[in-house]
Amino acid sequence: MIKGSLTLDPKIIRQDFPIFQQAVAKPLVYLDSAATSQRPSKVIDAEMEYYQKYNSNVHRGVYRISVEATEAYERAREKVARFINARSPKEIIFVRSTTEAINLISQTWGRTNIQTGDNVLLTEMEHHSNIVPWMMLCKEKGASLRYLEVDDDGFLSLDQLDSSLDNRSKLLAFTHASNVLGTINPAKEMIRRAHDKGALVVLDSAQTTPHMTTDVRDLDCDFMAFSGHKMLGPTGIGILYAREEILDRMEPFLYGGDMIKEVHKDSARWNDLPWKFEAGTPNIAGAIGLGAAIDYINGLGIDQIRAHERAITSRALDMVQSIPGITVYGPKDPDKRAGLISFNIKGVHAHDTASILDTHNVCIRAGHHCAQPLMEKLGVPATTRASFYVYNNNEDIDMLIHGIEAVKGVFKL
Amino acid sequence: MSEDLYKEIILDYYKNPRNYGTLENPDMKAMDTNPLCGDELEMQIKLGESDKIADIRFNGKGCAISMASASILTEMVQGKKIEDARQFNKEELLGAMGTPNLGPVRIKCALLPLKVLKLAIYSHLGKVLEGDDRNL
Repeated sequence: MIKGSLTLDPKIIRQDFPIFQQAVAKPLVYLDSAATSQRPSKVIDAEMEYYQKYNSNVHRGVYRISVEATEAYERAREKVARFINARSPKEIIFVRSTTEAINLISQTWGRTNIQTGDNVLLTEMEHHSNIVPWMMLCKEKGASLRYLEVDDDGFLSLDQLDSSLDNRSKLLAFTHASNVLGTINPAKEMIRRAHDKGALVVLDSAQTTPHMTTDVRDLDCDFMAFSGHKMLGPTGIGILYAREEILDRMEPFLYGGDMIKEVHKDSARWNDLPWKFEAGTPNIAGAIGLGAAIDYINGLGIDQIRAHERAITSRALDMVQSIPGITVYGPKDPDKRAGLISFNIKGVHAHDTASILDTHNVCIRAGHHCAQPLMEKLGVPATTRASFYVYNNNEDIDMLIHGIEAVKGVFKL
Repeated sequence: MSEDLYKEIILDYYKNPRNYGTLENPDMKAMDTNPLCGDELEMQIKLGESDKIADIRFNGKGCAISMASASILTEMVQGKKIEDARQFNKEELLGAMGTPNLGPVRIKCALLPLKVLKLAIYSHLGKVLEGDDRNL
C-alpha cells in the first residue's frame, strides 16, 4: 500500500521520538500504545527543562523560579481544560493515573452518595480500574453492581441500558472505548439516557482522549478520567475531570498540605478548586510534560490522528482477518473501533504469540488486559493485542503479519 | 529470548500433553494461576506404597511453556517419594525442558507447575512453602 493514503507521515513523526532513533539491529515495531505511548523529545525536554532551569515547589514560593514553576504547572492545567473543552481549569484535577481518578470519585462522591439498596451500573468491557473501586464501594455500602452485556460483535445494547437503570441507579461508569475489543461506545447517547433516569456518569476516556476529539461539554459527562502516559505524556500524571458544582460538594480525597486554606489545632478549611483535591507536592514535571504532549498533539491535529489510526487499523484488520486460523475480537467496522486489534491464533496461547513476535522486535501485548470479566465473556484466557498511534506506519503492520506467519511456522500450523 | 525457546520438545509436549486430566479421590491437590498470562493449573496426586507418587495428573489451560513444563514435571516426579519431590528444584526442571535461559517474564510460566506441585505437597504435610520454594 502507498504511504499517501495516510493523513500523517509517520516517517517525519518518528524523527520526533528518540526511541525510534536508537541504533539497533532490527527496527523497533511498537504496537502497544494502548498500554503506554512513546514520548516525543518535546515532552522529555519539557520535563528536563523544569528540573534543570526552574526546579522548585509550586504555589508557596515567592521567589522567581517558584513562580515560574507554578505558572508552568497551572498553564498545563489550562491546556488540559482547553483540550477536553472543560468550562474552567478548576474542573481539572491532577492525579497519578486514570485508576487514581476513579478511586478518588468512588472514595469521595461515592461514599457520600451511594447508599444501601442503590446500584452502580458498569459494562462487561470495563478495565479492572473501573470495576474494583465500585465493587469495593458497593460491598461497603450494601449497594449492588450491575453489568451491561457485550454482544457477539462487541457492542453494548442501549435497550439494556434503559432497562437496567431504575430509580436506585446512582451511577453509570463505563469506558469510552474498550481496551480489548476496540469498541467505541456511543458515549453521548448513553450519558443522555443515564441522566434521563437520574444517574450520574463516570466516563473512562483513557483509550479515547489520546486518539479522538473529547468534548466534555458535548458529551455532558459528570466525571471523566484519563492518563497522560497514553497520550505521549509522562507516566505518573493522570486527569480527573468533573463538573465544578459536583467538585464543590465533594469531600477531599487526601488530606495534607496544599489542599487546605487554613489549619488550626482542631479544625481545617479546604482550599479552593482544583487544589482541594491535590494534597501534597504534585507531579510538577509530569504535569508540565503532559502540557507539552497536548501541544504536540494539537500540532498534529486530533482529527488527523484519528484519521491516521483509522487507516492503519482498517488495513491491519483486513490483513489479520485474512490469515486462516485467526480470530479477531470486536467490531469489524473501523469507524466503530479505536486503533487496536485483539486476536488469537487457533492452537497458540497469546503469550507464545507475543514471545515469538518479540524475536522480530515487534512489541505487542498478550494477556487479559486487566479485563478479566470480558475474557470470561469471550471464553478465552488471554488475547494478543496490537494497538496503534501517530508513529505507526504500514511497515509496522507488515511486520506484524510477518510475525504472525512466523508463529504459525513455529507451531507448524 | 528467541524462537529457540520453542524447541521440538516444548512443542511436542504442548501438542501431546502427558498426564493431563484428573484423578478420583486424589490424596493431594493444589491449584494456582499466573495472572500475567492467565494460566491456570491444577495438580492432583495419588500416593502409593511408602509415600511414593503413584499417579499424578494436571489440568488447566495455559501457554506452550507452562503446559509443556507441567507434562515434563509430572513425568519426572512420577514414582518419587514425596520428600524427594518436595526437594525437586527448578534447575532440574528447566534443564529437562531444554530452556535454561528463559527471561524473567516467561520463567513464571515454566515454574507455575512446580509451584503448584510444591503447594500440593506442602499442604499435604500441613506446612506452607519454605526456603527457596517461597520464591517460586
